[in-house]
Amino acid sequence: MAFNYDDYLRLEKMPTLWCWGCGDGIVLKAFVRAVDKLQIPKDDICVVSGIGCSGRFSSYVDFNTIHTTHGRTPAYATGVKLANPDKTVVCVTGDGDALAIGGNHTIHAARRNIDITFIVIQNFIYGLTNSQTSPTTPQGMWTVTQKIGNIDPTFDACKLAEAAGASFVARESVTKPKKLEKIFVEALKHKGFAYVDALTNCHINLGRKNKMVSAMETLDWIDSITTPKSKWDKMSEEERLNLLPTGILKQDTEAAEYTDMYYNMIIPAHQGKRAKITQDDFEKKI
Amino acid sequence: MAAGGDKVVINEGMREVVMIGNHLAGLAAVDSGCKLFGGYPITPSSEVMEYLSDALPAVGGVCIQMEDEIAGVAVATGAAMSGVRAMTATSGPGISLKAENLGLAQMAEVPLVVVNVMRGGPSTGLPTRVAQGDINQAKNPSHGDYKSIALCAGTLAECYTETVRAFNLADRFMQPVFVLLDATLGLMHAKAIIPTVEDVKAGIVPRKKFEGDPKDYKPYGVAQDEPAVLNPMFQGYRYHFTGLHHDAMGFPTEEIETCRKLIDRLFRKVDEHRDEIESNEEYMLDDADILLIGYGSASLSIKEAVNRLREEGIKAGMFRPITIWPSPEERMNELGKKFDKVMVIELNQGQYLEEVQRSMGRRDIEKLTKTNGRPFSPQDIIDKVKEVF
Repeated sequence: MAFNYDDYLRLEKMPTLWCWGCGDGIVLKAFVRAVDKLQIPKDDICVVSGIGCSGRFSSYVDFNTIHTTHGRTPAYATGVKLANPDKTVVCVTGDGDALAIGGNHTIHAARRNIDITFIVIQNFIYGLTNSQTSPTTPQGMWTVTQKIGNIDPTFDACKLAEAAGASFVARESVTKPKKLEKIFVEALKHKGFAYVDALTNCHINLGRKNKMVSAMETLDWIDSITTPKSKWDKMSEEERLNLLPTGILKQDTEAAEYTDMYYNMIIPAHQGKRAKITQDDFEKKI
Repeated sequence: MAAGGDKVVINEGMREVVMIGNHLAGLAAVDSGCKLFGGYPITPSSEVMEYLSDALPAVGGVCIQMEDEIAGVAVATGAAMSGVRAMTATSGPGISLKAENLGLAQMAEVPLVVVNVMRGGPSTGLPTRVAQGDINQAKNPSHGDYKSIALCAGTLAECYTETVRAFNLADRFMQPVFVLLDATLGLMHAKAIIPTVEDVKAGIVPRKKFEGDPKDYKPYGVAQDEPAVLNPMFQGYRYHFTGLHHDAMGFPTEEIETCRKLIDRLFRKVDEHRDEIESNEEYMLDDADILLIGYGSASLSIKEAVNRLREEGIKAGMFRPITIWPSPEERMNELGKKFDKVMVIELNQGQYLEEVQRSMGRRDIEKLTKTNGRPFSPQDIIDKVKEVF
């Protein structure tokens, strides 16, 4: 039997503002299926979004939802989580939101390894505002602010998240909706900062001017630049050039989580229920 | 609760404490049931966060130092959206950075206490010295149309009592409430007589909550002079927060009448309940010939000047707005009719002077201003009064 999404969606808000053929809906559906698979009550989830096409995600799903300012989702979500440590807190952002204007917050939420599922709907462009260069727009592509071709280097957001301290890092594209769903299941189950790069197509504002006019052509391009981690691991540096690995790239279940540390170390220490915190409490000293 | 070196003596329903103003603001947060504080180090307000980093976890709350000023207000707003009392503290440059997110809290009607320990500006200005230059900023820190509530402590004890009042006003009017301290009061270490914890706790008025069937719940569908009724998250009342213009359930809309009514209501919920917000002090006004208007730490010098002028037979009195925004415009209008000789005294170039002129409908008002980072001495005021009146 086909999955019934109705119970999780705010049907009166449909149709979405996303363009026809946009992959954001695939991300939304995969996320809903993951929540359903884990049977997390709708009332126990808070979804926090920022600004951009991804920002509208929160208004379409029937959870506790917050549409915040541009780039600040990790900070708002941190507030929700610290005040409600037993609830599931999810950020849904975009590449401009999480990696440009909100880059600092993304780095520090990852550093704290706070228990937030952090989904970046990564479409390689500023879609909502019509085709400006994003931190992940490939060099040489046309954007409305670099019409003769983008010279700004891109960066690998998964590497950034990992380096900053995220204990779960994954990447998948909307061309593999089942795999994306499985990654969301693992991310939601993970206790710690779970960074998910969800690659999607913006054929309207990226593809149209870059010889990928249709959704299918843009999706084909995404497939051409991604390869499963199992294959990636066996590749030479030369073969890896121009490819992004997909799948779960890091999953450290031992890493200390921030909310847990606050409630089980800081608060008891201040209440005299445990000794002061010293360097001996931490394996990693510097 | 007292941090290192602070002394507390309980005495007939009031507490005598020896603390700095910044610690008193922190103590007020704890006593008011604040659950989360988010901040970022900045002179001269850092002691608020330093105090709460001990005092909040001691009562099971959370104090977090964020990565920047923007995150400091955002983490507190996120917690407040989830239903708990929350606070941030900073100085003028921090408010500048937080401004956009304060706009979200105004628009989405999120109760929040924002302490600004004022220092010299603009820009980095005089970080360790006093000023009252953020009066206009407190009125409109963010872009767009909304109505600020800003309280200005004028004594050490008011660093405590006005912070307590800010928490209750934030929950009553569902919006950020500013508490303005300044470098003089924030770092003043002296005796303050403040209410007991029991009295403060008994006076807590938590935000309204809808108790009916979730199907009938409309968080923003309220009377045109009332704030939103935002239930805590995770309790079966799911709705939406957004900084976009929104409908009764909080969802984005561009419907003409809904948009008009939303902004109209953000004004009217404050304007039509000014009596619940206004607070002033009138000192020796009854028989006075000269009206001195001032607020915050400057009022300490004004009061002393009034006393000394009276010893010389010059009948001066002081009017001190404690609620700076919305301003006590009706009362100031009355006083403007009663007094010929009026002077506004403030540590800026005349920011509140304009409000006094507007309220009184007069332009013949004297001013004494100072923007070199130093406080007024009573003699500064006495000399100016003798010079112009």
